[in-house]
Amino acid sequence: MALRHLFTALGGIAACLTLAACGASTSSSDGGPAEPEEEGITLYSGRIAAAIGGAVDAYEAEVNKDVQVRFADTADLAATIVEEGDASPADVFFAQEPGALSALADRGLLAKLPDDILRLVPAEYRDPQGRWVGVTGRARVIGYSKENVDPSELPDSPLELTDPEWRGRVGWGPQTGSLQEYVSALRLEYGDERTREWLEGMVANDAQAYPNNVAIRDALAAGEIDVGLLNHYYIAQAVAAEGEDYPVGVHFPPEGLGSLVLIAGAAVLESSDRKEEAFDFVRSLLSEETQTFFTSSSKEYPLAKGVEPDPSLEVPLAEIPSPPGNRTDVSELQDTIELMQEAGAL
Amino acid sequence: MVGALLGRQRPPTALLVAGVIVGLGAVLPAAYLFVVVGGDLGAALDEALTTDTALVVLRSLGLTAAVCLTAIAIALPLAWLTSRTDLPGRRIWATLAALPLVIPSYVGAYLIVAALGPSGMLQDALGVERLPSIYGFPGAWLALSLFTFPLVLLPVRATLQRLDPQLEEAARSMGRTPAETFRTVILPQLGPALAAGSLLVALYVMSDFGAVSIMRFESFTTEIYVQYRSSFDRTGAASLAAVLVLLMLVLLWLNGRVRRRQALYRSTPGTARPARPYALGPWRWPALAFCAAVVLVALVLPVGVLIYWASKGISAGAMSSELAGALAFNSLMTGAFAALAGGIAALIVAVLAARYSSPLSRWVERAGHAGYALPGVVVALGLVYFATRAAPGIYQTVGLLVFALTVHYLPLAIGPIATALGQVSPRVEEAARNLGRSQLTVFRTITAPLVRGGVFAGAALVFLHAIKELPATLILAPTGFETLATEIWEQTTFGFYEASAIPALVLVAIAAPPLYLLSERGTVTA
Repeated sequence: MALRHLFTALGGIAACLTLAACGASTSSSDGGPAEPEEEGITLYSGRIAAAIGGAVDAYEAEVNKDVQVRFADTADLAATIVEEGDASPADVFFAQEPGALSALADRGLLAKLPDDILRLVPAEYRDPQGRWVGVTGRARVIGYSKENVDPSELPDSPLELTDPEWRGRVGWGPQTGSLQEYVSALRLEYGDERTREWLEGMVANDAQAYPNNVAIRDALAAGEIDVGLLNHYYIAQAVAAEGEDYPVGVHFPPEGLGSLVLIAGAAVLESSDRKEEAFDFVRSLLSEETQTFFTSSSKEYPLAKGVEPDPSLEVPLAEIPSPPGNRTDVSELQDTIELMQEAGAL
Repeated sequence: MVGALLGRQRPPTALLVAGVIVGLGAVLPAAYLFVVVGGDLGAALDEALTTDTALVVLRSLGLTAAVCLTAIAIALPLAWLTSRTDLPGRRIWATLAALPLVIPSYVGAYLIVAALGPSGMLQDALGVERLPSIYGFPGAWLALSLFTFPLVLLPVRATLQRLDPQLEEAARSMGRTPAETFRTVILPQLGPALAAGSLLVALYVMSDFGAVSIMRFESFTTEIYVQYRSSFDRTGAASLAAVLVLLMLVLLWLNGRVRRRQALYRSTPGTARPARPYALGPWRWPALAFCAAVVLVALVLPVGVLIYWASKGISAGAMSSELAGALAFNSLMTGAFAALAGGIAALIVAVLAARYSSPLSRWVERAGHAGYALPGVVVALGLVYFATRAAPGIYQTVGLLVFALTVHYLPLAIGPIATALGQVSPRVEEAARNLGRSQLTVFRTITAPLVRGGVFAGAALVFLHAIKELPATLILAPTGFETLATEIWEQTTFGFYEASAIPALVLVAIAAPPLYLLSERGTVTA
């Protein structure tokens, strides 16, 4: 009897919650600005709400349709899309790294984008076969402690950080995707031997490993390390929040791929039955207005031609060399991780 | 043939059908692995089982063994001290010591890194240049031990509270010392509870991704993740996951041997009376220090850091109370549904296994464990595969999410129910049946009231884990459906620890009451 009561109670709670949930979802949505009634595209986003929310809101307001967004890790979303196959509810996939986009493109899951979209972005920042486009670029930089380091001492290349003078003073994030992409680019530019030498040199030089870019930035701000390899926008956002006195400076190293630009890109799924709308959404991501929003809010390079980067991105995109070869080869990352493991960096 | 499958005592048809349905549902994610790997599992395993993989298997097993032993070493003394001695405040200690279970391992791990990692709080406090690295095995071992030992504590303590003191008193009266009595009389009776608890810990460790990835420990799950993240190669990842399923089967088999060794119910007439508490005397001080140390490290420090971060987050206006409420509501709803479904499904599995032993019922019980040994992301992708092909109507609904959480955490509920059933003598049920009661009436009037506590404990454990689950929730929830766990993920992805601490604290607050009831259960309703 008592057991039945327990289940009755649990069932009752669940039922009440369901009713309340239905009531809540019909009366109002998540408390943001009034959402349009008509259902629009479904977006799978490997980029978090803080990075793309404003762009989605602007598009929703423009077309007066509701965009459904699913946020998760880029790799998880790519794997999900592979399993969903033709039945994928997603119309657009916004990925943090081009590797995931290439993997889907190789499986024939991405639609060819119209030429007018492709023309918006320089050729080196999109798929050669036109199945995805870069939307924004994150610059790799050297961050430095303004208290402990004079800008004139800063190296021209991250490769010089293995010098004895930097012993124990450098922070990096070997387990972050962004450093791993940088190492992949190094391998393409300089070959595996030189890359391994650098990785081993960094480990031998007592480079401090941090779990993510924010930790590197905070360690710089606290003066625990003097220089760090990280993405530009982590520092730029802190400067925007805390003012020019923020004790961490940005250095764009001219050599050694020190200012490599990492791409976040978008694609339309072949299985989408709203392709035209999906194309429109990608167009809106590349519109001057949205590109300006991206660069001013998240301090990334706008990849659409003719859009001015945020003033904190002091080096023009065109002056940052891209590494040769196909940067989006998906098998690269596996080899990169193995190389990093062999070198003792991971 | 059918007779052999069903065993000597044929279960009621409805129970049997229900059991088979639960078993088939639970085995779906594992079945997906075999679909992906194709008919040729052998070749895929050859590909997956390189020397590197063998090393990773050994590392994972080593971590699993270390965490299990540590969990027992923490849980066993705690359980005994808080149930059988005159330790001051023992009920409070028991509740506090169970609470670390509410801290998700991914939150716990980043708290440990913040405290003990490079430039962490301890390093600051000591003012030293460098501490020994927390990353790798030590960090993974510490995080997983600290936040899973209650899985052993709860069943062991519940068993201790219900043990018949007669045997113990007999041993003492014949001149055995307390230590000898514990070793020769009490410990053997705890075998099944220890086995059940450490099985849950072991499966948890093998399938955990959050803690090992933050601690950079190369385990089976991180290897699976690297496989499909770096090459999007489902086959390699799936064959590795299939190895996990095989390892789990070995663990289940070992565990079954321990559990089957003996009956737990009284063999003589009469009822157990509560045991007289053992007087600790001066030993109460080291005992108190031990309890305090465990609670300090596993609960007070992590929650303290969360409160500190959350207060900074709140003053920075990181999260509105409406949003926190909406997220808490979604978490509560999915958790309650999963607990309900998990409680019912586990009761079916446990009754079949305990009362109608047969090859089929043993298969159902093992199948029930399949989802727990797999990383959440594998469970989720398996259900994506089947749902988009067979039932597109339920894809990305709360229903499918609840199904995934139920399948993933079913063993958490089977354990306590099986333990509770093991303490009810089948003779009582047989007596009632001989008096002309139907099987259903016997279950309703005799068995159900006696296992109620076990069912509640099982459902509560499913609830606790369901609300902190992450990868399956991200992939299977309706688009736009956010929970406390997804919000924590969203904030920590970009290192917004202060903002992430608010949903983490709400999660802990929601999980605490059921856990409190869980640890009180033995004393209140036994």
